[in-house]
Amino acid sequence: MIEAQNLVKRFRGKNRGEVCAVDRVSFQCRPGEIYGLLGANGAGKTTTLRILATILGPTEGTAIVAGHDVTKHPEKVRSSVGFLSTATALYGRLSAEEMVQYFGRLHGLDEPTLRRRIDGLFDRLEMHSFRDRRCDKLSTGMKQKVSIARTLVHDPSVMIFDEPTLGLDVMAARTIVGFIRECRAQGKAVIFSTHVMSEAEKLCDHIGIIHGGRLLAEGTLSDLRERYGKQDLEEIFVKVVEQ
Amino acid sequence: MTLRNIGIVYRKELVDSLRDRRTLISMIVVPLLLMPLLTIGLGGVSAILIGQAMEEVPKVMVLGGEDSPKVLAELEALPDVSIVPAKPDYAEEISSKQIRAAVEIPEGFDAKLASGEPMLLKIYMYEGDLKSGFGADRLQKFFRDVRDRAIRERLESRHLPDSLIRPFDIKQQNVAPAEKVGGAILGGLVPYFVILLCLTGAMYPAMDLTAGEKERGTMETLLCSPVSRTHLVLGKFLMVLTASIATAVLSISSMAFSFGVGKRMLLGMARGAADAALQISITAKSVFFVFVMVLPIAVLFSAALLAIALFAKSFKEAQSYISPLMIIVVLPAVAALLPGVELNAALALVPVLNTSLISKEIVAGTYHWKYVALIFASSCVYAAAALAIAVRLFQREDMLFRT
Repeated sequence: MIEAQNLVKRFRGKNRGEVCAVDRVSFQCRPGEIYGLLGANGAGKTTTLRILATILGPTEGTAIVAGHDVTKHPEKVRSSVGFLSTATALYGRLSAEEMVQYFGRLHGLDEPTLRRRIDGLFDRLEMHSFRDRRCDKLSTGMKQKVSIARTLVHDPSVMIFDEPTLGLDVMAARTIVGFIRECRAQGKAVIFSTHVMSEAEKLCDHIGIIHGGRLLAEGTLSDLRERYGKQDLEEIFVKVVEQ
Repeated sequence: MTLRNIGIVYRKELVDSLRDRRTLISMIVVPLLLMPLLTIGLGGVSAILIGQAMEEVPKVMVLGGEDSPKVLAELEALPDVSIVPAKPDYAEEISSKQIRAAVEIPEGFDAKLASGEPMLLKIYMYEGDLKSGFGADRLQKFFRDVRDRAIRERLESRHLPDSLIRPFDIKQQNVAPAEKVGGAILGGLVPYFVILLCLTGAMYPAMDLTAGEKERGTMETLLCSPVSRTHLVLGKFLMVLTASIATAVLSISSMAFSFGVGKRMLLGMARGAADAALQISITAKSVFFVFVMVLPIAVLFSAALLAIALFAKSFKEAQSYISPLMIIVVLPAVAALLPGVELNAALALVPVLNTSLISKEIVAGTYHWKYVALIFASSCVYAAAALAIAVRLFQREDMLFRT
């Protein structure tokens, strides 16, 4: 369960003075649900998701993630969250297995559990053929799989994806999309940001349209279609932003 | 849990760094090669050069003396100088190193020597030039012998004893232990290199583990883990410290080894040059105490480098921040090498300089325990402050996400 409550994030920019990247954003995402945060570049998607993953702290407001307050117990939040973005790269000099092992240990898993989890994940993601290969020698698709295994190793109940398919080829993107669906099927609360409308249309149970740091519209796809009188999500998005 | 987390981060950083060629070079290859190169290489080359200079028969010019055939004949008979015809531009020829030295014989030298009239004899040379010095030395020795002979003859003719002009002899005798003599010569140089290598050893991992991680995008991945940022930065710090200490230990060991081998090699090359090297001996005790004194400096460097590199977005940017630090560190380390700079209570509080000075004394076999304690304590305070700053900076979002 994710519950953002009036999240505000202000940065002090070098030349621009104070910038409000996230402005009173509130929403909810229940277990077994995919919440899509839709917005253009610089809309505040990444900052919102980073706050939910406790990588950044909110200036005001808070969020309850997996039952923990992001401002009070960030470490507990991170224990229950799997965070994946194009910015979360892999350690090139570690092997695929070492990479997943490292994060399993950081999450406090004991060695037998860790071994079991890694074997299970490597089976599921078909990673055994490259488990000993260094991450900097892997293809983009293989790297994505390692990243997925890294986010899942501690079996989080909440998944946060920040533009996970950005810059990926069709096959690698499909792996990610399939993986997001799988997370929902397992009853995880999933939130993901994108600016690809088709992806959001295909995947999301709930959609939030964010622009200039503010959540301008929210609802299921059919809600939004009804409210704005348009079928195409792109049209809805443009209409919301222009209003 | 706390130590376990720090340990996990440290172990991973260690494995990761040992697979990084740049870290390996600065941590292992440089100290292992630099010390033998400096001692054996540089020492050997200088021994060869000094040997060559000593073997050369210097060309010297004799000015005047046409009316003194006796002294001229003796000069020409000298086996270790070669006399060239006199020219008015002798000074120029010495400067351009065509001849090594010149001697100006006063008018009527032979006659005045016999009659006992006072004279001034001038030797011209190029100050600071080794070969010119050797040429001038040989001329001076020759004329000192001539003078001594004249004195003896004069005393004999008057039936007076030698002791009349030489009531007693003076001889300087060294009583300092060998390590102190060695310490005085090389004492300043040893800690200087150890301190410098401590810094260079920590430099690459410090940049790689902070700015490098930001550049490669792994910093955000790491921050997703539930481990607190304090533990993350402490794990990283321990890795940087390991690199710094490993560099120092390797450089000290390779230096001790080089001195051992170097002495023997120098002995084989040129006996004169090896004499100085033979005096040098560094004891295990001094090595241990230099290491103890350098330890807080390694902590200081590691933490300071981590903190500075954290400001940078990329490895390259970190390099541009850290390069000036080299100069800041080299300056106090070099200051300790200056003659006359001696330890006092005020200097004992200047970071790096204090360690450099105390290490110089330790290598020379002198232990001022009061200063040892004061310097160790002050270095620990600086190190703790630097570490606290690094830990604080690592909590700051604007440091971790500088774009």
